[in-house]
Amino acid sequence: MSPSPIRLLWCGDSALTVEFGDVIDAGANAQVLALDDRLRVAAMPVIVETVPTYRSLTIHLDPVRLNPNALEAAVRKLAENTIPERPPARIWRVPVVYGGEYGIDLVDVARHHGLAPETLVARHSAPEYRVVMIGFLPGYAYLDGLDPGLALSRRTSPRASTPAGTISIGGVQALIASIAAPSGWHLLGRTPVRSFMPGRDPVFLFQPGDGIRFEPTAPSCWDALDKAAAAGEPVAERVDA
Amino acid sequence: MSPVRLAIRDCSGAVGLQDTGRVGYQRQGLSASGPVDSLAMAAANVLVGNPAGTLAIEFGLGGGILRAEGGPIRVGIAGAPCVLRVDGTNMPCHRSFVLPDSADLTVAPPREGMFAYLAVAGGFAVSAILGSAALHRRAGLGGLDGRALRRGDILDLAASDRAWDPDRGIAPLSLDLAEPIRMLLGPQADHFSEAGLATFLGAAFSVSHRADRMGYQLDGPTIAHGPQGYNIVSDATVDGSIQVPGSGLPIILMADRQTTGGYPKIATVVSADLRRVAQRRPGDTIRFAAVSLDRALELARERAARIAGLARRLQDIAQFDADRLAGANLAGEATDALRDLS
Repeated sequence: MSPSPIRLLWCGDSALTVEFGDVIDAGANAQVLALDDRLRVAAMPVIVETVPTYRSLTIHLDPVRLNPNALEAAVRKLAENTIPERPPARIWRVPVVYGGEYGIDLVDVARHHGLAPETLVARHSAPEYRVVMIGFLPGYAYLDGLDPGLALSRRTSPRASTPAGTISIGGVQALIASIAAPSGWHLLGRTPVRSFMPGRDPVFLFQPGDGIRFEPTAPSCWDALDKAAAAGEPVAERVDA
Repeated sequence: MSPVRLAIRDCSGAVGLQDTGRVGYQRQGLSASGPVDSLAMAAANVLVGNPAGTLAIEFGLGGGILRAEGGPIRVGIAGAPCVLRVDGTNMPCHRSFVLPDSADLTVAPPREGMFAYLAVAGGFAVSAILGSAALHRRAGLGGLDGRALRRGDILDLAASDRAWDPDRGIAPLSLDLAEPIRMLLGPQADHFSEAGLATFLGAAFSVSHRADRMGYQLDGPTIAHGPQGYNIVSDATVDGSIQVPGSGLPIILMADRQTTGGYPKIATVVSADLRRVAQRRPGDTIRFAAVSLDRALELARERAARIAGLARRLQDIAQFDADRLAGANLAGEATDALRDLS
């Protein structure tokens, strides 16, 4: 794949955003993750941390050590090489209880698309998604790979609170939520998986670049899985090994 | 464990523990937290002989009554000027002093500014999570059990033998409440119309009541977006990002911010001025002034040098009082000395 032209956008004196595009695009995200890897290997002391998103990488910097021209040159050089397509390093199977009290918008979204609810569940759980960004709140995993036929613009009035573990869609994006928060997305189901859990090792389960497969799960399984997750078990299962 | 404790007998406002925060977890959606006025927290710590980033109590438009238990405690308070009393006797900010065993320290909410910091010699013994004990309220991390301080809490001190260090003083930190906030345009200044940019650069905004450690929502004229509208594909935010949602009213993102966002960011506050934003309370005015990246880096280096130099500027109280008297006779020089510290 040949690299797209990049834009370097300064965010004040302590961060630089390297933008590979301005739309959601799997190729741009692959370049984001590749640059992220190269910067990790380069281990430049001026870099404090990096944040991969859908189509850009934000590099947080120590302004006291920063030489902006040198950094821009180094970043351009690292971003210019072509990158190989890579399979995800880790793939997770994530149990989801769809519909009912777990996914209060499932029926409405199915009706909007003229689908039976079971068909919506089948199509939402069919793809292998990629984690393209973890952001907004701790452990919120934004996914690429939603069936375009399921896309639906966000609700006009956001809900003041949605539960931890909510599985939702907004526009062409899909999301695994970690902690309870307001949301304007459509709630299809819920997972007992804690993608963020203080006190557990690891605190965070998913990484940008991971693969995600949703596994429709019966409501009768919820209590046992939720209890195991609360006790610190991942409940999500690695299926790449 | 030290037998000495600081008991929270009462508190009001947003009162939480902060240290330098958690670095390296923004890629997991967790912002760093840490003090919103890092210079003031550093000053409070240096007053009691601690490293600048030691865990301290942050009072956000609040106050409290705190009691020493099990022994005397050396305390230092800096930041927004608070009225302090120990068992009814007024005590100064920006000076360290001893809170005697069983005595109550009353911290009244500041008359101006928003955040004050209380440090104790040797620091508090509070366990860290992900490398820090700083409270991140939205994530439920840090502080005591992931929450703010409240009446009845007991904070163990990490050391019990530091109360008899010398009293030290430092010139009060200026809050610069009237100065413009310096910023760099971008990263998405091109998402705004010329008129929108002119509004942003020319208007006086005021801090709304929706101002906390996550962000400061401003009131004022609305900023017009360009033809691309007000949605972008979500990308990363930074401390000081000025995002403009559909309402056209800017929000300055602070230490506990969401790590990504889908609104265009018209500008970014320079790191050296984040504390000046933080210290403006609801109703205070904010104007913006654009600076170059080179200038912002100069300011960042000056600020780092100031924090590193705080300990050098400490004065024993006897000398401090003598200098203040001299300053009263040489008003111009005293003003210069204070400006130098702002």
